[in-house]
Formats: sequence, structure tokens, C-alpha cells
Amino acid sequence: MSVSPRPGAALSNLPEMYREMVLVRELSSRAVALQRQGRIGSWLGSEGQEAAMVGSAHALEPFDWVFASYREHAVPLVRGVPVVALFNHLFANVDDNARGRNLPPEYTFREVNFVSVSAPVGNQALQAVGAATAAQIRGDRTVVMTYFGDGTASQGDVHTAMVFAAQLKAPVVFFCQNNGWAISVPTARQSAVPLVERAAAVGLKGIQVDGNDAQEVLDATRAAVDRARSGAGPTFIVAMTYRLGAHSTSDDPSKYRDAAELARAEARDPLRIARAQLGLSDSEDEAIRAEARRAIAEAVAQAERVPRPQAIELCDGVYAEMPWHLRLEQQEL
Amino acid sequence: MPTLNLVQAINDALRTAMHADDRVVVLGEDVGKFGGVFRATLGLQEQFGDKRVIDTPLSEAGIVGTAIGMALYGLRPVPEIQFADFIYPAFDQIVNEMAKYRYRSGGQYPCPVVVRTPFGGGIKGGHYHSQSNEAYFCHTAGLQVVVPSNPYDAKGLLLSAIRGEDPVVFMEPKRLYRAAKGDVPDQDYTVPIGKAKVLREGQQVTLVTYGAMTVVAMEAAEQAAAAGISAEVLDLRTLVPLDLEAILASVEKTGRAIVVSEAPRTGSFAAEIAALIGEHAILHLEAPVLRVTGFDTPFPYALEAEYLPDARRVREAIDRVLSF
Ligand SMILES: Cc1ncc(C[n+]2csc(CCOP(=O)(O)OP(=O)(O)O)c2C)c(N)n1
Ligand SMILES: [Mg+2]
Repeated sequence: MSVSPRPGAALSNLPEMYREMVLVRELSSRAVALQRQGRIGSWLGSEGQEAAMVGSAHALEPFDWVFASYREHAVPLVRGVPVVALFNHLFANVDDNARGRNLPPEYTFREVNFVSVSAPVGNQALQAVGAATAAQIRGDRTVVMTYFGDGTASQGDVHTAMVFAAQLKAPVVFFCQNNGWAISVPTARQSAVPLVERAAAVGLKGIQVDGNDAQEVLDATRAAVDRARSGAGPTFIVAMTYRLGAHSTSDDPSKYRDAAELARAEARDPLRIARAQLGLSDSEDEAIRAEARRAIAEAVAQAERVPRPQAIELCDGVYAEMPWHLRLEQQEL
Repeated sequence: MPTLNLVQAINDALRTAMHADDRVVVLGEDVGKFGGVFRATLGLQEQFGDKRVIDTPLSEAGIVGTAIGMALYGLRPVPEIQFADFIYPAFDQIVNEMAKYRYRSGGQYPCPVVVRTPFGGGIKGGHYHSQSNEAYFCHTAGLQVVVPSNPYDAKGLLLSAIRGEDPVVFMEPKRLYRAAKGDVPDQDYTVPIGKAKVLREGQQVTLVTYGAMTVVAMEAAEQAAAAGISAEVLDLRTLVPLDLEAILASVEKTGRAIVVSEAPRTGSFAAEIAALIGEHAILHLEAPVLRVTGFDTPFPYALEAEYLPDARRVREAIDRVLSF
């Protein structure tokens, strides 16, 4: 079965992707500022990883599913989630579709098949295989994409997910954002071999791509998605990128990271690469950035006005129906 | 009406559920062609095919993690963990994922997985084929914990669990798999989750119990009756959500309660029941609430019979509360 390309696929997606990359760069740096001001909780920035996130997300169809980690802020946006919905979540207000129950990077957006993100790293990979297997059982054309980091690749659940996926021929794509670091531990300390080599051992197709080149990421991911959709099996993509910022708002990378390494990485900033590919002038680029900042400012202003949840909601939604013991506990609120 | 043992009743429930709803799938170790090491899934792959009855690679985290993804996608997976002693590799998936999906997604992703697992001692299984580890799951918000004690309930409760909207840890007392026999209707029926059942009526003391310990409690109650003591036996059937009303109704009548459970005592679900009785029925009590349980040791092999509560220990507890 071959899949017809989405409208306009023959043309380059780069202009659109660049706007999204800029949007998420601005969004992430605004989120850091909001955290510093005590207006939102902890944040895990995505600076430097925009091409990997945006390029890969563009390879998916709207009906495909995503099981992400906490660092794929661009993916819901590419899939059509409004910026204000992200900020409703960051501010944990009553318009947040998860009622303020999670840290900022732990989103759920069911309307775009973006499944609830959790913190224990790697768990999502197995669930992605399960959803893909379910799609296969149902006879749906859905492909499931799961994201995780280079450190997370050491988790047993990720390895098991690959073993299961290969065995079940599940229509899933494993997308590893190798950003060089797992908090303070460099990738070289995670694995004695390049991560992509693990694919062969479990029977997956493995590809390593330049994760800072959005178009290259898109092309590689699209090939993997098509392959999964056609029933040919799962692929493990390792996107080589770099975490330009801190691991999180609680982290200080100057304690463990060499300034020269950062400078080298900054020269390969994915935004710079895309901008050069597009040949944008300073004023064209500034217009794109200004538009992103305007959209974010508007969303922040709107989301911050929305009240936080009421105490009485604390016990809601643990079960389909509230059991008696939670009704009693609720009376203590 | 056919007479089935408990494991046959489980098999019947799975077959009934799979027949009625093509979203129901079974996955686990050896569940396919072989029909499971206890034969709970016998014949299901033959009848429903290997897409719906899946022999997975050997990984408990893999089994439960995959099942979670299936449930999120809209299926009704019923994974089997071969022994509850081997559920720990899947613990993270159960407590951090399956249990929390509904809440953390604001209801966008309910996670109706039913993890079936044989548990408990009495089969000479040593440390790793005998554990009663239900307390871990009872302690986790978002899970339901169900423990049948007889074939009729096993079928009806499992069908309720599979058709419910919440994740369930369904713990099957393996000691009773073949020992418990009873009439099980061919038809599709359910037994409600969250409802206890009085197995024997009595006036002077309530034995609150579940799973394989129902047999021990009944034996103790019979012995007590021979000595002129009237004991009521309450089979909880569901631990979470607990049928507190049934417990209180019984304890308010008898004034004395003993919780009988084979799990280790400290931090046990038996402790929770004792606390609840203390909180809600203190003025009805004639004696402290006692617990007859397993010991706070790993599960012993040679001394299994000494470890597990038996009628003698329950009788002693009955004597203590009556002479308090
Ligand atoms: C199971 C588990 N162990 C530890 C942590 C704490 N932790 C959060 S992120 C992280 C590093 C992850 O690194 P990587 O997989 O490379 O992803 P990145 O943060 O670089 O995107 C650690 C150790 C966790 N969230 N989950
Ligand atoms: Mg990393």
C-alpha cells in the first residue's frame, strides 16, 4: 500500500517549518522567563532541537498518533494545537484540558492524537507499540510515532519496545532526539556504540540523520512513516542534534559542559541552517520572529487571566465514577 | 449449569468477553497455543486467532506497556502476568502509567486495562510463586483491585472488570484454581465490582477476608460453631473500591472483627480495613480489631504451612476477641 503525499508535499515544507521552529524557540525562551518570574512551574527547554521536532512532526498524518517525551513542545503546535492551549497547560488553569494536574511539559492533546506525556523516561515507547499493534488489529492505517532522548535509550522499556515492535511488525517509528546530553551525562557515557547500531540487533531498520536539518529530518521520517504504514515494519531514527540550553530550569550546564562545545553547537543552530537554506534577509527573518513573539504574548496574556482549578476538583477524575472513599476525602477540602 | 473450577471460570469469562466484543484481546507469556501455564487462556487462540490472543516476548513491562497503548487506542486488553511475583518489572507501567492516565490527561485518555495475575501461596511455590502483593496496588490511586474466591464470582467479576472504564488488577488465588468448584452459568452475566458478599451469617464476630483465605475463614467459622460461637464470614471480592458499608453493617451487628489475609502484616490491606473499622465503628466494638495474616518475612518454602493463616490461628483470634 502506498500513501499519497499530503497536498503540497512536492513543494518544500521549509518556509512553514521555519516559522514553526521560530515559534517554538520563542515559546521555549518565554517559558524559561515565566518560570524565573515564578509564573509557571519547571520547564524543559527545546532550544537547538527545533529541526528534529518540527521536521519529524511534518511527516505524520493528522490521524497518526504521537507518544512523546517532555521535550517535544513543537509537535502539538505542528499538529494544529493553538499556542494558547499550550499556555493554558503551562499556567495549569481551568481551561487546561488536563485541569492543571501536570507540570508544564506534560501535555495531552487528544484532538490531535498527542497522548498524555509522563515523566518516567521511556515508558511511552512501549505504549506506542501497543497503540500501533491496536491499529494493526483494527486494520487502521494509523502510524504511531514515539519520541525519546539519548539517555532514555538506555532504559529497558525502550529496548523491550523495540523487541516487541519488531516481533509484532507494529507500525511504529522510534524517534530518538540525540541532543548529546542526559542532564549532565554525555551520550558517550550512555552507549558504547552509536545508538543507531542497536536497531540491527533487534531487527529494526536504523537511520541516523542530521537532526539540525529540518528538511533532512522530514525526508527520513517520511520514509520511515511510509514504511510503517505499508506494513514493512518499524524504524529507529536517531536525529543528531544538540541541547543548546539547560536540561531544565533547575539545571546549570556550566557546571559540566565545556564552553567550546557549546560554541561549536551554536554554529550549527538549526534555525541558522534553515534560515540560510531559505535565504531570508534580516528583515524577513525579523518579521517572522516578531509575529511569533506577538502570538506568544497574546497567548500568555489570555492564559494568565484564566483562574486556577478550585480545591473541590482535587479528587475528580481519578476513576470513571468517584468512589465513596474519595467522596469522604473530598469533604476534607 | 456446568460445574467449573476457578481457572475454567476465568477461561469461560475470557471466551465470553471476546465473543461479545471484538475489542477484547489477550496477551502475555505462553497464553497462545499453550493456553497459559495455568491454562486460563486455553483454546482462546484457536477460537479467536493470533491477532487477538498474542504470545508476547518475555517481558512483563512489555506486556503491560503494550496493553496500555492498546487500551488508549480503544481496545480492551486483558494482559496476563504469569505469576504476581513477576509483576514488578511492570510495576512502573502499572502505577505510573495505567493508574494515572485518566487523571493526568483530564479524562482524555481512560486506560481500561485488566491485568490478570495468579497470586498467593499454598502451592509449594517458595518466594517467587506465592506472594500476596495486593497492598502495592491498593495503595495506588486510579486502580481497582479485584480478588474472586470462587468460580461464579470469578466469571462475573472478570466480565465486569473487562467492561468497566477503569484499570483493574485482577488477582486470582491460584491455590483455588482447581480446588474451588461450583456452578457457573453458561450465559453472560456480571458480578458488580465494589460489592462484598456474606458467605456465612453469624452474630458474635465478623471474619473479613478475601481470596483463598475465605476457605480458611469458613473452616474456622465452622469449628467455632461447633464450640457454640457464631461467626460471620464476609468475602470482600473487591479491595478497591472497598465495600465499607457491608463491613460496617456486619461489625455493627457482631461488635468484633478479625481480618484474615495471607499477605505480610505491616502496611497491609488488612491494616487499612482495621483502620476503617476503627474510624467508622469504634462505638460498636467490644474488642480490638485483630489481624490474622502472613508474617513480615519473605515467603518461606519449607515452612509454608506455618506462614499461611489457618483455621487454628483464626480460632485463636476468635477466642481472644470473645474473651477481651
Ligand atoms: C525513569 C526516570 N529516571 C530518571 C528520571 C530523571 N530524568 C529526567 S530527564 C533525565 C535525562 C534524560 O535524558 P535524555 O533521555 O537524553 O533526554 P533529554 O532530557 O536530553 O531530552 C533524567 C535522568 C526520569 N524522569 N525518569
Ligand atoms: Mg538527551
